[in-house]
Amino acid sequence: MKILVITEQRQGKWNSVSFETLVAAQQLAAKTSGSVSAVVLGKGVAPLAAELAAKNLAEVILAEHDLLDAYTPDGYCVALAQVLGSAKPDLVLFPHTYQVRDFAPKLAAGLNKGMIGDCIAVREDAGKLTFVRQMFQGKTAADVTFQGAGPWFASFQTGAFRADQLAAHPSGKAPVNSAAIDLKPEQIRTVPGELFREAKQAVDLTQAPIIVAVGRGIKAPENIAQAESLAKALGGELAASRPICDEGWLPMERQIGSSGQTVAPKLYLALGISGAIQHVVGMKGSRTIVAVNKDQNAPIFEIADYGVVADIFEIMPALTEALEKSKAS
Amino acid sequence: MNIIVCIKQVPAKDAPLAISGNWIKESDIGFEMNEPDSYALEEALRLKEKHGGEVIALSMGPERVKQTIKEALAKGADRAIHVADDNFHQLDPLGSARALAAAIQKEKCDLVLTGLQSDDHGFGQTGVLLAGLLNLPHATLIMSIEAAEGKMKLKRELEAGWFQWIECPLPAVLSIQSGINKVRYATLKGIMAAKKKEIATVTRESLGVSAEATQRVEKIYVPVKSKQTEFLTGSAKEVAAKLVEKLKFEARVI
Repeated sequence: MKILVITEQRQGKWNSVSFETLVAAQQLAAKTSGSVSAVVLGKGVAPLAAELAAKNLAEVILAEHDLLDAYTPDGYCVALAQVLGSAKPDLVLFPHTYQVRDFAPKLAAGLNKGMIGDCIAVREDAGKLTFVRQMFQGKTAADVTFQGAGPWFASFQTGAFRADQLAAHPSGKAPVNSAAIDLKPEQIRTVPGELFREAKQAVDLTQAPIIVAVGRGIKAPENIAQAESLAKALGGELAASRPICDEGWLPMERQIGSSGQTVAPKLYLALGISGAIQHVVGMKGSRTIVAVNKDQNAPIFEIADYGVVADIFEIMPALTEALEKSKAS
Repeated sequence: MNIIVCIKQVPAKDAPLAISGNWIKESDIGFEMNEPDSYALEEALRLKEKHGGEVIALSMGPERVKQTIKEALAKGADRAIHVADDNFHQLDPLGSARALAAAIQKEKCDLVLTGLQSDDHGFGQTGVLLAGLLNLPHATLIMSIEAAEGKMKLKRELEAGWFQWIECPLPAVLSIQSGINKVRYATLKGIMAAKKKEIATVTRESLGVSAEATQRVEKIYVPVKSKQTEFLTGSAKEVAAKLVEKLKFEARVI
């Protein structure tokens, strides 16, 4: 099986999930006696291509063009369609990033093909691939297969594979070949502007050793104070899943997950958080995870070290009291 | 500005899910408007209030979907298109997008809005696929729209707290990020007015869309646990005491 991995960089810096996707590709190639090639797309990104050449790859394709300096979905789709046209892969793999979500389904549809996005695993059985992804906000997993002929398109969620398993080239270096990209300004219909952050982030949750995070289970903004007291008793920072910040009950800067901060504290206490993958990718590296949720099937329990199936409004005050008592003694 | 909003109906958030093959048993559970789509609908209504035009709610699925369509009409959509399809939950993202694109092509619209993703399948591809099929420019994860003179200034969310302004011409397809606005509730007046609003019904057959799938969900199942979770039981007070003990002496994190 000929596998092509579309890596991601921005302003010459890797999106490191790319390496996890390369590992996925290497493992699949090993099982199918296949090969892995990687594509580096952008402008002035030859150093990144050279870096990849040291990995166990058949080829590194360097697709450079002035109009690929800043990401645009139109530019990337036009350029990658040309790369795919000459590379003729059976399987095209992407890291599941916001950027990939923005263009990859369209790239696949342009070839009349489908994409299985947001995968967490893949199995191979006699050449047939079965991809595993989540459905119903993580409450179920799903086995998904491609129908019809390739090329097939799939993306892998952050953390699905371990980047440190990326195999080096066995004998020297993979060849770096430049792809000729024919791209005209009028083919790009959107105009990308500068990247920016909102008001300087006042809280750096990545440095907090203890985090108390609330989800939908907190029900109303006036209940946040209870979680805040608990966070105080633990000496931790208060955080939240996305819906709480969407509602404006806590500021966006306290959001954990793919669109917020990624944290790995020594203790993460998840209160009324169901555990949708967008949240879990931001906290699953935590050393000890405690989950309190009244739904015993909540996906958050899959990654919790300690679980409590209960109403958070009973547990929060009891735990705050127990912590204060323990401190006093 | 004429706007089509794609709205999906999904199982209610707290619905107990009973797995059946590659889908769920639909009897005995409630359905509701996909939450990310409610933000897209709200954004469409706000754009219409500012720039005029009409908002068309477009939804695909079996008869029960009409309930969600009526909710969109009650909130202020002017009319609706229902792509009636009892087999909707078996379609792949491209199959659904082809049907929606065919329905959109019959209308004169300036803007197509979708939500971020659905809370059931969660493919998150519809908006981007529609842009490809309709050959329109697009942008996703939109947190703000300023429209003027045939183009839009958009605030797009990136990962880890970064944003980007982009310019996009009209017509276009935008996928709205959840949290862009505060969604309204339907008023009693809105609910009454909705009864008189038109719901046009079409089918994939009448739209001439093929059903050839590119991917198939073989089965769904409860995920395999990756970690052994120790569940603590008892009264709230007992659980709290046990947990403090565990965190102090077993995990040694406090």
